[in-house]
Amino acid sequence: MDAIRQQFFDFDIMRQAWPMLLEGLVMTGLICLVVIPIGLLAGIGAALLSLSERRIVRWPSIAFVDLFRALPPIVLLIFVYAGLPFAGIRPSPFEAVAIAFLLNNAAYYGEIYRAGILSIGRGQSEAARSTGLGAGQTMLYVVLPQAVRNVLPDLVSNTVEVVKLTSIASVVSLAELLYQADMARSVTYNASPIVAAAGIYLVILWPLVRLVSRLERRIAA
Amino acid sequence: MTRPSTSSIAADRLVSDARAERGSILELIALHKSYGPLDVLKGIDLKVKPGEMVFLIGPSGSGKSTLLRCCNRLEEPTSGAVIVEGEDITAPSVDLNKARRRIGMVFQSFNLYPHKTALGNVTLALVKVSRLSRAAAREKAMAALADVGLADKAAAYPAELSGGQQQRVAIARALALEPKVMLFDEPTSALDPELVGDVLDVMRKVRAAGMTMLVVSHEMRFAAEAADRVVFMDGGVIVEEGPPSAVFGAPREARTQAFLSRVKH
Amino acid sequence: MDEAATTMTPGERFIETYFNAAVMERYLPAILDGFVVTLQLAVLVVVSGILLGLALACLRAYRVRPLNVLIVCFADILRALPPLVLILIAYFGLPNVGVSLSAFAVIWIVLTLALAAFAEEIFWAGILSVAPGQWQAARSTGLSFTQTLLSVILPQAVRLTVPPLTNRAIAVTKSTALGMVIGLSDVLGAATTAQSFSGSATPLMMAAIAYVILFLPFVVVARWLESRFKWRHA
Ligand SMILES: Nc1ncnc2c1ncn2[C@@H]1O[C@H](COP(=O)(O)OP(=O)(O)OP(=O)(O)O)[C@@H](O)[C@H]1O
Ligand SMILES: [Mg+2]
Repeated sequence: MDAIRQQFFDFDIMRQAWPMLLEGLVMTGLICLVVIPIGLLAGIGAALLSLSERRIVRWPSIAFVDLFRALPPIVLLIFVYAGLPFAGIRPSPFEAVAIAFLLNNAAYYGEIYRAGILSIGRGQSEAARSTGLGAGQTMLYVVLPQAVRNVLPDLVSNTVEVVKLTSIASVVSLAELLYQADMARSVTYNASPIVAAAGIYLVILWPLVRLVSRLERRIAA
Repeated sequence: MTRPSTSSIAADRLVSDARAERGSILELIALHKSYGPLDVLKGIDLKVKPGEMVFLIGPSGSGKSTLLRCCNRLEEPTSGAVIVEGEDITAPSVDLNKARRRIGMVFQSFNLYPHKTALGNVTLALVKVSRLSRAAAREKAMAALADVGLADKAAAYPAELSGGQQQRVAIARALALEPKVMLFDEPTSALDPELVGDVLDVMRKVRAAGMTMLVVSHEMRFAAEAADRVVFMDGGVIVEEGPPSAVFGAPREARTQAFLSRVKH
Repeated sequence: MDEAATTMTPGERFIETYFNAAVMERYLPAILDGFVVTLQLAVLVVVSGILLGLALACLRAYRVRPLNVLIVCFADILRALPPLVLILIAYFGLPNVGVSLSAFAVIWIVLTLALAAFAEEIFWAGILSVAPGQWQAARSTGLSFTQTLLSVILPQAVRLTVPPLTNRAIAVTKSTALGMVIGLSDVLGAATTAQSFSGSATPLMMAAIAYVILFLPFVVVARWLESRFKWRHA
């Protein structure tokens, strides 16, 4: 029992590692700040393309989405970071993370928006078009607001997944929260810093996870 | 509202009257529509004069909705022309969104935007298409809602309105854009019987203000009382047309007689 | 060799870099071995994760207060924590308290728990979606609570859960690639090793292709299930 406390809950070590963890947390926040808005936007793009009337646009878009839903994000990240330099493109760790997340998020958020848009009846866009709104305006003012509302739980839930996923940035030595915690672990030979990092993730994400459950229940009702 | 509620419609009437000399405000010429091998409209010719209320009747599947939806190109006609105020809106060069502003449409299922209030439903196109300022759009929308007797429901969301009220908001949404022609596709079919009257009253009022109206409806009594002309369609063609007294009172064609005897009993 | 490189067209250079035949031949066996590891883990995680999630959801149906609090906390925590955090804690922390697990075991256990957490929530939502009348009808015919749950409620609940569960199972199973971080010789592990030995990007491409071969069919099936599901409820 004591061994467990020493190995996982050594508060002295946690306190020592705290400044490092905070630095990591800032980087995690920075990644999220870049990756989530871009993903939310790129997802709309992917959804619109994969719903296009034109087959020549629709099929490649669906193939794109399915491809990046099949690839594990960490594989994608390593490919971008370690594989692209062979083609003369040398992304920094942060850029690699941004690119990999852009591709992954466009696919995942894209599927969510797509389902949302499909959930809105044709009558809505017909009514809008009959008043002279253009296709883009109809999407922006009439269809998307309703679509987003319908899939809000999924959007939040996927955003939780994105925040969790930022932890794989440690693999390309980007000094985010988990990377810093693991550094602290390797110098102290003690898992407490990672447990502390876990605590930080929990504090941030638990409320969001609760929110997802709440939203899902509200929509189901 | 400071001005009389129907003033904008009345002003349109003068314009309509002036155009009456020049013939029809809406004209369909040799209109064809097919879905793959299925011919739904097989050459429709129809002229609607300014201020005229034309009723389109016919059995289910005869192509009434399709005809209406071709008038503002919600369905793309396979061939033929749709002329609105002398302009062929099926021409490739035409600005469809602009043309659609002159053609209001009311749907069987209302299709109000559920995420917007009654007022928001009416102002959206005024702001985004007519490019009115928010204040001007609001004023115009309130006038339109007053026209349909719902000024007090401006802040209500569709879910908070009865079916009849929703349909009246939908009419206001179309009216506010000051269209030259209004299309109604079974506007009362989705309503409880006791709510039908309110919507018909609004339609009477719109007609009295001089609006040109093309109406698909099964309300035969309303047609007999209010329509200038009744057009009977079957199998994608116009079988018979004339004043309601003639079509209802003494139908010439056997198909019309059969249809009318079916709906009467 | 340099001369050869300068005379290559961009297309040839691309092939040479990412689809180098010699490198492929050399490392194919290692990557195939990795594929077997990934496949084994995937099957194990899906089976144990879904079964555990189902068991927890069933337990929750008995509505024993303290137990339910525990189940909800478990599901929340496992859904909120990045799996990589748990993997590092288990792999680097547990040996110091006398529990040494292989990388394979760590990935299996952590991902099982993660999938179970999501599966529990999905099954629970399915159970709640069955009309209360079904419970009452079954109980009124004399079925016990457990019999009702297993033979009346679950069969109806499970149908609703198939599309979301498929998606979640794919997402969690893809995380087996995280094993690379703790030295697991799965597809990604084998490929990164091969990449550093060969100095070529080809093994990474092989890994990407291997994952697409493994997961794309499931992604496509999930898409199909979703559209079918919508159909029925339209
Ligand atoms: N998008 C479509 N694709 C294929 N067929 C269609 C489509 N829309 C309509 N149709 C067919 O066209 C025919 C005419 O349909 P339409 O809706 O115009 O009839 P209607 O006269 O309005 O009938 P109702 O009184 O039932 O509303 C029907 O046979 C219908 O099945
Ligand atoms: Mg119809």
